[in-house]
Amino acid sequence: MLTQILIEVIQLLIVGLGAPLLVGLVRRVKARLQGRRGAGLLQPYADLHKLLAQEAVVSETTSWICRFTPYLLAATMLLSALLVPLLTTQTPLGFLGNIIVLMYLFLLGTFFLTLAGLDAGSAFGGMGSSREMAVAALAEPTVMIAIFAIALRAGNTGLDEIIRRGAADSLLLLTPGHLLAFMAFFIVALAETGRLPVDNPATHLELTMIHEAMVLEYSGRYLMLIEWAAGMKLLIFLALLSNLFFPWGVALAITPFALAVAFVALAMKIGALAVGIAVLETAVAKLRLFRLPALLSGSFALALLAVISFLFVK
Amino acid sequence: MALSEAMTLNLLLLTLGGFGAGAAGAVLAARCPHVSRLAGHACALIGAVGALALGAAGLAGGTLDVMIPALLPIGGLSLGMDRLSAFFVLVIAVAAIPSTAYAITYTRAYEGKSSLAGMGLGFNAFLAGMVLVVLARNVLTFLVMWEAMSLASYFLVMTEAEHRDTQHAGWIYLVMTHAGFACLLVGFLIMAHGTDTMNLSEWHAASATLSGPMRHAVFVLLALGFGAKAGVVPLHVWLPKAHPAAPSHVSAMMSGVMIKLGVYGLIRIGFDWLGVGASWWGGAILVVAAVSAVLGVLYALVESDLKCLLAYSSVENIGIILLGVGAGMLFQSYHLDTLASLALVASLYHTVNHAMFKPLLFMGAGAVVHATGTRNIEEMGGLIKRMPQTAAYFLVGSVAIAALPPFNGFISEWLMFQSLLLSFQISATGTNLLFALSIAALALTSGLAAACFVKAFGITFLALPRSERAEQAREAPWMMRGAMGLSAVACLALGVAPVGIVRLLNTTVADLTGAQADVHFNWNVIVANDAFAVVSPLWIAVALVSLCALVVTALRIIGANAAWRAYETWGCGRALQTSRFEYTATAFANPFKRVFGLLYRPVKELDIQFHPESRMFVETIAYRNETRSIFEDALYGPMSKLIQRGAQRARIVQSGNVHLYLLYIFMALVVLLALAG
Repeated sequence: MLTQILIEVIQLLIVGLGAPLLVGLVRRVKARLQGRRGAGLLQPYADLHKLLAQEAVVSETTSWICRFTPYLLAATMLLSALLVPLLTTQTPLGFLGNIIVLMYLFLLGTFFLTLAGLDAGSAFGGMGSSREMAVAALAEPTVMIAIFAIALRAGNTGLDEIIRRGAADSLLLLTPGHLLAFMAFFIVALAETGRLPVDNPATHLELTMIHEAMVLEYSGRYLMLIEWAAGMKLLIFLALLSNLFFPWGVALAITPFALAVAFVALAMKIGALAVGIAVLETAVAKLRLFRLPALLSGSFALALLAVISFLFVK
Repeated sequence: MALSEAMTLNLLLLTLGGFGAGAAGAVLAARCPHVSRLAGHACALIGAVGALALGAAGLAGGTLDVMIPALLPIGGLSLGMDRLSAFFVLVIAVAAIPSTAYAITYTRAYEGKSSLAGMGLGFNAFLAGMVLVVLARNVLTFLVMWEAMSLASYFLVMTEAEHRDTQHAGWIYLVMTHAGFACLLVGFLIMAHGTDTMNLSEWHAASATLSGPMRHAVFVLLALGFGAKAGVVPLHVWLPKAHPAAPSHVSAMMSGVMIKLGVYGLIRIGFDWLGVGASWWGGAILVVAAVSAVLGVLYALVESDLKCLLAYSSVENIGIILLGVGAGMLFQSYHLDTLASLALVASLYHTVNHAMFKPLLFMGAGAVVHATGTRNIEEMGGLIKRMPQTAAYFLVGSVAIAALPPFNGFISEWLMFQSLLLSFQISATGTNLLFALSIAALALTSGLAAACFVKAFGITFLALPRSERAEQAREAPWMMRGAMGLSAVACLALGVAPVGIVRLLNTTVADLTGAQADVHFNWNVIVANDAFAVVSPLWIAVALVSLCALVVTALRIIGANAAWRAYETWGCGRALQTSRFEYTATAFANPFKRVFGLLYRPVKELDIQFHPESRMFVETIAYRNETRSIFEDALYGPMSKLIQRGAQRARIVQSGNVHLYLLYIFMALVVLLALAG
């Protein structure tokens, strides 16, 4: 019982405390690739701390939705952190739900965040909400088909079980379906976490008005919660990508040594993906909003191909 | 638990007595609208409570066997109840109880405007008709009650018959419902002829004697008839017209329940009357369901008439429900009975869920429309401040219908996804791909539904009011709020405590498929198909609430600045904020309109009148951005032209002379006698 509580606490700490570091890492690598010196790795912590100390300014047009949303958003991300197997395939609270539950938790957060975007009655917020929801809705089929591909392979939709079956299958990485599903899920992860080429997390100016435009009215601790939650979402998606598709190092049994190995492995995998994202964000430009459906339907096609290849292999 | 037949009979009498008394009371007190309104709907409420008890008794194993030969020709009035019938009686009741309670106050607005006696009579007949349809046990009882239900709802749709739109809606509804009825009639006659019995409960055993082509013909005809009532694409055209035209409590019942009787019929033909069918039956239903779900929500998304939006969303939800029915039929044809049961459990769960949140949303819409005097959400806004409780209930309905945890829509959609994902157990690649595409369709639907209800709630209730009426809106009366509150609580209860319902549904569907779904419960955790999928909605809800509390406390402990100041919305330095800066419903839906332009075929017209002296000064701007319905343009338009042309030709035989018609009748008689001989 105590170990189980400990594991969940560690998961919360990894996601909660690791999120700003991940954001800092991506920014730092990106800055270096672009020939800038960039801020230190720990800068996001300082940013969040600064926001916490500030008085919040809330639009007088808003209702309780606006003030409630940041807390709910943080709670959905923390709940996801409890569900996702980060270190071990014996996640104590894994019974709360499978991978589909996880996707619906993200959608719950997006639902309230887009409502909050409409709450202040400004065109920025409305525009951000409308676009955020469009991207989320269009990404949904890819998510589910990629999940179908994974479930086909593993014969299960539980996160722990998928990783366990993956770890037992050494030739896994060589199957085309696996790589296709990974690519589809990666594109979806970029869309869901608001990265380039879908959205630019560094600015809220005209060209990129999606996520940052939607949360424009937030300040103080509310903004801190939203930024923190966005970081956690990125970390959870990267953790999913690393553990579902590259189940190396995940602890199959709970021993201190295995957990330590799993932690290092997770850090390295997420670090590698973060560098990958930084490279990608340096190399590609933001897509026009109305070119996005092409990108997302492309990822849908990849996911469907993954399903087809698994069906034939079966 | 053994339930005596006398008890279920008494409950049936209570139900029908309530509706009968309601109808009689409303008519007798016709001179005094106030009394008529109260009597009509209060008695209907008693009937609805009776129906709840009747349905519960049926699910607990109670049976019913009523046979009154004198009431109807050809077999008499025959009623019976198995678990499936009982479940649908329950569905009617859970929607009817809040809707009738709501109607008691809501119909006050119609005093002096419409005939409340007619409304009371129609509403009670409508409710009684629906209950009797699902209890009917022979062909004639079924068809008579089906028609009674359809006609009663038609008259209710025509409540505000002075509006041209209402007349148009009523006319289309009448045509579509009777086209469907004709299909049902022919299908039933073929079936009764082929099986040599009018008794519906004998059809399952007797249908084996039916020849192959006859079975297919019966399936197609009945599926068309029931599909038209369910409002599947492309037979849905009446639904978004008729449902919004009716008073809101009637819309709630039509959208929440009446269209489900189409689902009831489809389940009957797919699993009961015709036995296990060809695999293309299930495949066809799956395809139609997926198309209905996606198109329904896409049309809902661009709608700015609040009630019309909800009506289109009913098309979507019927699609989701039928995905389960179609998948179940397919599984059955591949002899995967436990999976068929799982799909049906998901389908029935979504049926009862939709019967809770759709009436809730229609009641909320009714309250809002009543308060603002318009159905156009572009003219609303800011209502969360003026109608806080209605807003909260509407939000619950929106979150539930968007299938988000921890409300009830989530759990049924989750079950649906599991049953579709498990389709990989079928080893036929074509079928697997069909399932893959229906998974994608369901996923797209759920994403778009979330977008649609962000729009419906956000544009209606948030930001600043966009019209004077919206600015002066007042909260709904307590009875209406109470009815909405009841539905909202039910949505939460069914979302966090699904175990009992799933268990009940599992025994219900096992009667149809012959096997229970492989679902186990571990306290509040649902484990489907040998740990293929696990969910615990109660713990998710508990965890969400406690993590919210944790975040609040943690911020306090680490000393976050808790002060906040209200200030105007940032607007790039403009002087004051007005509602004209807000995003509107049209603007919100615009990305979707562009992405799915092929479907909407938006017509955009921009007409700018400049000042004659200088083009720098604009006098008027007229902007139109409409979408056109493919189905009306490409399917129903040509069809109605064809029918009109045919009718013109047929006029030759219509002279208006009575003698000629007598001759026709005589000739028809001779021909029939010759055929019979």
